[in-house]
Amino acid sequence: MGNKQTIFTDEQLDAYQDCTFFTRKEILRLHGRYHELAPHLVPMDYTNDPDVKVPLALIVNMPELKENPFRNRIVESFSEDGLGNLSFNDFVDMFSVLSEMAPRELKAIYAFKIYDFNVDNFICKEDLEKTLNKLTKEELTPEEVNLVCEKAIEESDLDGDNKLSFADFENMISRAPDFLSSLHLQHLSDTLIQNDLQSVVTGTVPPWSNSGLNVYLRDTMVVSRT
Amino acid sequence: VKNERNPKAKERDTKRKLEIHKTTEQKTENKKRKRSHSKQRGKRNIDDEDKGGEQISKQKKNRKNKKTKKLLTEEAEGEGYITKQKKKRRPQVDEENANATKQMTPEGPPKKKKRAKVSESEDSSSEKESSEEEEWKVTALTPEELEKLKEAVDEKKKLITILRGKPWPMLKKLQTLKESHDFLEKFEGALGKGKAKKLYAYKVMMLKRWMKFQRDFENFKTACIPWEMKIKDIESHFGSSVASYFIFLRWMYGINMILFGLTFGLVMVPEALMGKPYGSMPRKTVPRAEQASAMDFAVLWDFGGYAKYSVLFYGYYNSQRAIGWLKFRMPLSYFLVGVGTVAYSYMVVIRTMARNANEQGGGDDTNFNFSWKMFTSWDYLIGNPETADNKFASITTSFKEAIVEEQESRKDDNIHLTRFFRVLANFLVLCCLAGSGYLIYFVVRRSQKFALEGLENYGWWERNEVNMVMSLLGMFCPMLFDVISNLENYHPRIALQWQLGRIFALFLGNLYTFIIALMDEINLKRKEEETVKLNMTVWMANLHNGTLAENSTAPPITADPADVPRGPCWETMVGQEFVRLIISDTMTTYITLLIGDFLRAVMVRFFNYCWCWDLEYGFPSYSEFDVSGNVLGLIFNQGMIWMGAFYAPCLPALNVLRLHVSMYLQCWAVMCCNVPQERVFKASGSNNFYMAMLLVILFLSTLPAIYTIVSIPPSFDCGPFSGKNRMFDVIQETLEMDFPAWFGKVFSYASNPGLVLPFLLLMVLAIYYLQSTSKTYKKANAELKKKLQAQNEENKKKNKRAALKASDPEEARNSASEQQWHQINNNASKKEMDTWGCKN
Repeated sequence: MGNKQTIFTDEQLDAYQDCTFFTRKEILRLHGRYHELAPHLVPMDYTNDPDVKVPLALIVNMPELKENPFRNRIVESFSEDGLGNLSFNDFVDMFSVLSEMAPRELKAIYAFKIYDFNVDNFICKEDLEKTLNKLTKEELTPEEVNLVCEKAIEESDLDGDNKLSFADFENMISRAPDFLSSLHLQHLSDTLIQNDLQSVVTGTVPPWSNSGLNVYLRDTMVVSRT
Repeated sequence: VKNERNPKAKERDTKRKLEIHKTTEQKTENKKRKRSHSKQRGKRNIDDEDKGGEQISKQKKNRKNKKTKKLLTEEAEGEGYITKQKKKRRPQVDEENANATKQMTPEGPPKKKKRAKVSESEDSSSEKESSEEEEWKVTALTPEELEKLKEAVDEKKKLITILRGKPWPMLKKLQTLKESHDFLEKFEGALGKGKAKKLYAYKVMMLKRWMKFQRDFENFKTACIPWEMKIKDIESHFGSSVASYFIFLRWMYGINMILFGLTFGLVMVPEALMGKPYGSMPRKTVPRAEQASAMDFAVLWDFGGYAKYSVLFYGYYNSQRAIGWLKFRMPLSYFLVGVGTVAYSYMVVIRTMARNANEQGGGDDTNFNFSWKMFTSWDYLIGNPETADNKFASITTSFKEAIVEEQESRKDDNIHLTRFFRVLANFLVLCCLAGSGYLIYFVVRRSQKFALEGLENYGWWERNEVNMVMSLLGMFCPMLFDVISNLENYHPRIALQWQLGRIFALFLGNLYTFIIALMDEINLKRKEEETVKLNMTVWMANLHNGTLAENSTAPPITADPADVPRGPCWETMVGQEFVRLIISDTMTTYITLLIGDFLRAVMVRFFNYCWCWDLEYGFPSYSEFDVSGNVLGLIFNQGMIWMGAFYAPCLPALNVLRLHVSMYLQCWAVMCCNVPQERVFKASGSNNFYMAMLLVILFLSTLPAIYTIVSIPPSFDCGPFSGKNRMFDVIQETLEMDFPAWFGKVFSYASNPGLVLPFLLLMVLAIYYLQSTSKTYKKANAELKKKLQAQNEENKKKNKRAALKASDPEEARNSASEQQWHQINNNASKKEMDTWGCKN
């Protein structure tokens, strides 16, 4: 108990619970994750709301976000300065909105922000092209990209201005069957790699396991060789 | 005008109330004061109403007119009002008003802009707020103000509960929360007077405690959900489809826990503690002939010997009406638990289905094919590079497919060939199904022959032939189907559904052949029972004769219960069959897991160093996790539990054990020997598909169970219903013996066909009504959709015409509001559908 209270006061925890979809334990765990990102920067004691921000480059490397093609946009749209530096509040906010419990409307608002690359409050063709290229790792030909973007705009543009406003976007996304589950980020107690290391060490996963650590090691080795 | 006016008028009123007590003079205040005076006058008028009717009504009318005029003018001012405040900034009063307005405004889209403005101004005012509030408290409060204050407090409370859903940055949320908490602290106490005040304060305190308790409980509950971390781990490595299997497994585990609790707590434990002990009567004793081998492991493993004559099976239970000092009604409890298990399962499955249906948006719209692909195809849960690569590839191919479909450049030349192949594939699958059905029937027949000749003469294979054949079929036929389905060249999603449907048919066919064979066996046993009954009377007569010859005064029949001849007890036989089936099924699942996944992974991993081709990416490779097959296995396993639980109360316990073990085993196997699927599907769409299958299985598995309960008389010398004509007679008996006479009468009236038939008719009518209303909703929906599309077309034309101008905001708003209406309708119709589904 004493350990917990050095991080947050009870009031703070209650307030965070009121403002997010998390339980007390999860908030503490989130703080742990946040602290892990920059141990020298983030203090363990948050009782007096220190003004600390972690830069984008560190956050993007979290295992939850590392594989996500939109990681930069996600972090940017949750940062208060728009540059991608997250305070702890923003950090909690991000995980709260992208948690399982968040309602569809809330997710739609932030999804719109994420996909609006040039922050002009419209998703225009440029944004769509960027989205598509990130999704397919630029494996489609320019003609195909063009076709897909045009079709997408044609489908969901209601007011005919050749770009998607939030109303258009919400109308489209609110009927998507798997939107809720797709915009859902998880947070783990430890990073994946640590988990794998631990399980290899303790023997719960044999070292020939093809998942997790091995793949990670293999990939990093390949990258470093090339 | 009226509708618009009402909320605004309310605002004004509240403002006025708040301002009355201020000593500072203001222009607006004067106006309002006058009005409040007029209102007081109005009160007096109402008092005098008896005296001069007409005059007063005229006055009233005048006043009303004045009021509306005033309001209208004020409304015109109103737009500028708040902005003015902002500019002035000086008067505390105004700022407080702003706060008040904020609290009063109901949540609604038309007010949004205004609220945003107000909340901006509110931030600046927060500092001064506290001093104002103290001033406020001093003044005495009239009842009306109290009302308003109460409303404000409620509004704040509401704000706190919905705060987490607001799209604000966290800092603002925290601030608002703090402010609302402060506000509540200050004013909750002010409500109520004297005793009422105390009571109110007490209430508030209790409410706070209750909220705290609820939150703690919620925290506790989430902490209690088992295997959360394990599943999250798997989710991040393999995507949500594999995780969905484990979530389903956990859900099953929960249900089985409850079933286990029911049977264990209400049937097994009471019989074991309060019933007659082992060896006290024939049905509770191992017969003399079997006693020598009753403790052998092979016998126990087959659930024979001591296991057969224990609380684990139907036959052990005594038909004594009430047992122990608690007068526990054992047979009744047994019956009700059997019925309750099924009823509970139905309830849970249907409830989950309804909830799932609610969560899924109206996904039937296919107009947004590309947009959805673009914005929802990435699974944010993916945290593993390999899975991510697969996902990128699958997204790219899906886009390419969609583009090809869009261009409609599909070659038609080989469509006849694919059709031919599809027909051929279906023919082959049908052959497989028929063959497997025949094989099972053949094997069951053979096993009956063995059983008649005595199992002791045969080896292990002959004894377990049926189960082994069923498990092997369940293992190899799906692989065969998989090969056959390559012929068909379907889209993988459709192919998956075909595959699921085929495996489902296979399992179902197998299960039902098994049940039919079991029915044959039951009939055989019942014939045997008749002969045993005859023998029994002869044996009794012999016994009597013997004892009479020795001792004529006391005729206590003291035969050892092990020597008493007994019937075959078909119920226990059925229970045993099911238990054996479950055990062998579990074993095959685990063994295939170990051989098919683990050994394969080990081989591939280590032989790869000294092999001529790449084993990891070449032919054997690592295995993928087969979600559909595993889910189906789970569903059928559950079906067998539901079927057999009545005759073998130990089945839920066994199943809980099985699920527990497979949770750990499969989690481990997935993490260490499987690779992510090549085509990563998202799971959410198919969740209700699984549930629907579960419901079908539940229905199909309760059918035979109910048939046996209702139409076959129970064995004469074993089980809780021995001596009765039918099992459900136990209800009748309870009604007669344990309830007053009038209750029985009422019950008999209620079960009269004259009452039941009209009731059924009413239900049918209600279903019909709900269905037709949902149909009309659907129609209205379609119509609205059409209108919307037409409007869009029109819009687009207009925009083309006025090429450079921006789109007309009026039109856009119209279409937006219409959409809202459309959505509301949609929701309503969905709700109807749900209720309809529940009734059904």
